[in-house]
Amino acid sequence: MERRNIEEKIFKGLMLLSTMVILSSLVLILLTVLVKGLPYLSLAMVTQVPQGGYYLGKGGGILNAIVGSLYLAGGATFLAILLSLPVALYLNVYSKSDSKFVSACRFTFDVLCGVPSIVYGAFGFTIMIFFGMRASLLGGIIAIALLIMPMMIRSMDEVIRLVPRELMDASYALGANRWETALKVVVRQSLPGILTSILIAFGRGIGDAAAVIFTAGFTDAIPTSLLRPVATLPLAIFFQLGVPIPEVQGRAYASALILTIMILIISLAARLLSKKLTRHVVK
Amino acid sequence: MKVPMSARRVKDIMASKIMLVLTLAAVALIFFMVAGLYFKSRPILASQPLSELFFSSRWRPFRGEFGFLSFIMGTVWVTGVAVLIAVPLCLLTSIYLSEYANSKVREWVKPLIDILAGIPSVVFGVWGMLVVVPFIKDVVAPFAGVFSTGYSILAGGIVLAIMIFPVIIHVSLEIFRAVPQEVREASLAVGATRWQTIKHVVMRKALPGVAAAVVLGISRAFGETMAVLMVVGNVAKIPHSVLDPAYPLPALIANNYGEMMSIPLYDSALMLAALILLLVVLLFNALSKMILIRVQRSIR
Amino acid sequence: MDYQTHISVQNLNVHYGNQQVLKNITLNIPDRKITAIIGPSGCGKTTLLKSFNRLIDSVEGVKISGRVLVDDENILDPKTEVTHIRKKMGLLLQKPYPLPMSIYDNVAYGPRIHGIKNKKRLDEIVERFLKKASLWDEVKERINQPASMLSVGQQQRLCLARGLAVEPEIILGDEPTSALDPQSSQRIEQTFVELKQDYTIVIVTHILRQARRMADYVVFLYLGELIEHGPAWDIFNHPKQALTREYIKGLIS
Ligand SMILES: Nc1ncnc2c1ncn2[C@@H]1O[C@H](COP(=O)(O)OP(=O)(O)OP(=O)(O)O)[C@@H](O)[C@H]1O
Ligand SMILES: [Mg+2]
Repeated sequence: MERRNIEEKIFKGLMLLSTMVILSSLVLILLTVLVKGLPYLSLAMVTQVPQGGYYLGKGGGILNAIVGSLYLAGGATFLAILLSLPVALYLNVYSKSDSKFVSACRFTFDVLCGVPSIVYGAFGFTIMIFFGMRASLLGGIIAIALLIMPMMIRSMDEVIRLVPRELMDASYALGANRWETALKVVVRQSLPGILTSILIAFGRGIGDAAAVIFTAGFTDAIPTSLLRPVATLPLAIFFQLGVPIPEVQGRAYASALILTIMILIISLAARLLSKKLTRHVVK
Repeated sequence: MKVPMSARRVKDIMASKIMLVLTLAAVALIFFMVAGLYFKSRPILASQPLSELFFSSRWRPFRGEFGFLSFIMGTVWVTGVAVLIAVPLCLLTSIYLSEYANSKVREWVKPLIDILAGIPSVVFGVWGMLVVVPFIKDVVAPFAGVFSTGYSILAGGIVLAIMIFPVIIHVSLEIFRAVPQEVREASLAVGATRWQTIKHVVMRKALPGVAAAVVLGISRAFGETMAVLMVVGNVAKIPHSVLDPAYPLPALIANNYGEMMSIPLYDSALMLAALILLLVVLLFNALSKMILIRVQRSIR
Repeated sequence: MDYQTHISVQNLNVHYGNQQVLKNITLNIPDRKITAIIGPSGCGKTTLLKSFNRLIDSVEGVKISGRVLVDDENILDPKTEVTHIRKKMGLLLQKPYPLPMSIYDNVAYGPRIHGIKNKKRLDEIVERFLKKASLWDEVKERINQPASMLSVGQQQRLCLARGLAVEPEIILGDEPTSALDPQSSQRIEQTFVELKQDYTIVIVTHILRQARRMADYVVFLYLGELIEHGPAWDIFNHPKQALTREYIKGLIS
């Protein structure tokens, strides 16, 4: 065999190996969490808040953290949509395509996407101090909203960008203005993609810990107002892991399993939803 | 002829103005962040010379000594290990997916990598504590003839490497796919093998883009907090080997938020750490984005 | 010959970046006739057509000078409010682009935007214009299904109905039959000929035979210049310019 063929064989082997390593790391992570968490998973975990002595191994669950994470990520996603959708529409409908302004905005949002969540947490914290706020649901919502906003803008921007120019022209030619075209045609055409962006951002919001560590606080109760502190699932996992009691650590693994399942459901929903909603989309 | 302003027109113009303001506000976030963190870290910057802050490893907040060197080195080590592990694996995988795998395989692997990207960092941390740390303690360290608790730079690097797989693969895959098919065919047509074509033609075209992917991976690794914090040991010393524990900057910030208020200058020091992270990441991201824009222009 | 006119183009110049795409075009489009714009690919036909309802200025780097008067209003004046002018013109593109909604909503889209809310009137409008575009019989059973489910030929007729529903006086078509099969093309052509009693129609076409069949008036563009325009019979039988003669004989394409 020629040398160059041997080289190709070797590298092809290495490539397959690398792909296997990367995929098996995913499998390994999911399996570990499943195997370690399943024995400790119980109905009480998902239906009760921590009872007295929960962190010493006594009864209760982490409903506070599950609901807290949903509140927090839900609020943040809502806030982020209010900002992101108009921005994405502005870049694609109101601005001239490919103008310098649009490129500069895209560049900025790309850069913002890479800012670590701990920095958003620290920045959110300085805002809170500035307004004299304490760690609370609202504080966490603001920090997470800032964190997911750039990603949401960019992913919505990417799907809205795919709307054919001619489709917008068709609407303009009927005398519609840009606002009407944006709402009735552009949003409708890119709805599946927009919803996917939203769900992905929501998943990000649920899974993030570093941005809420300063801003959301932690509590065993389910918050009743925006100004109360709130527990989140990732922090609940983190704190339970810190307790050197096997029972509590086991429940940390179970909590990690719950978090992972929630994330998987969200990403599955994103996939299914975008398939389902393509009814009206014009190809 | 002048047309009176209809309600529709007013709505359109109002929407345009409001959306412009929102867009500018979103863009301005970047400046607000830099300014806010800078403002908060001014006290510490005023109290000690920069050289002291960056090149001293004495970290004694109670005595007012804030030398960031151990933390900076901790970050650099962990990031370095992660990149060393991730880059070859990701490159080989991207080349495989782009050049060898058929579209069916690609359609299967891509969502899996998306799932990997979606796993929360705490879950990576849990996995690291359950699998990587014991592995290092019981297998790697004895093999190297040293003692380690397992909570080490290597553990952080491995976990971090997995976390940045999706970033690097995603970007480099996009770059490889952007190389036009004709270029490959031209090389194959003169009798080159597939691998030679990849090595001499595809890689050459894609190299700057791959560099951008790596830079993006570095910047992602740089700021990752929770997962690293859980497995890296958090000892504020300059590390000397990958089996030493370390204390990266993000972990420093996250671990000490409770005590911030009681010690003078401490909160300012933590905000400075956040500012450093922010500036480094902005720089790296901007760099990688600029390379990517240029590459995409030159490939087409 | 003296024509009454809705659209009058005066000294129109269009640049994309450094490239001049239309050079000093002056032209009156006759009313209630079919005007065909012909010329080789890339000569600026689409650009000229889109300048009639100012759809070209959403592209970055476009420079436009000169005047396009629609009913004596210069639509290129930045101060002009374009939506009411666009309402006067229906547009058909090369490929049909139904809006991402049902067949009914596609036709009702324009009237709704212009303020008609009454359900009964909308029903009437939808039926009337679907009939006018000779689509009604094929879709009346499934009027609430997504428009994207129609065949391409049906979609193009839907786009025509949608355009007619805002009650324009002018219909613009950019190679409206080029994506269609011969039968669908014929139906569209037929519809156009029927419509010309009530509407001013401008179509871009590169099919000379189609221009011969339908056009009353012909405009010949070449590399951005207006070479010749006049009644169809004159252009096809006694072209004044050598270039026109060669193009019509099929020597340049
Ligand atoms: N958005 C644009 N940016 C830059 N140049 C453009 C753009 N659109 C068109 N052009 C250029 O303007 C010239 C005229 O284009 P136009 O689309 O008007 O031609 P056309 O006569 O309609 O051609 P065809 O018969 O192929 O449709 C072409 O040379 C084209 O390359
Ligand atoms: Mg054209």
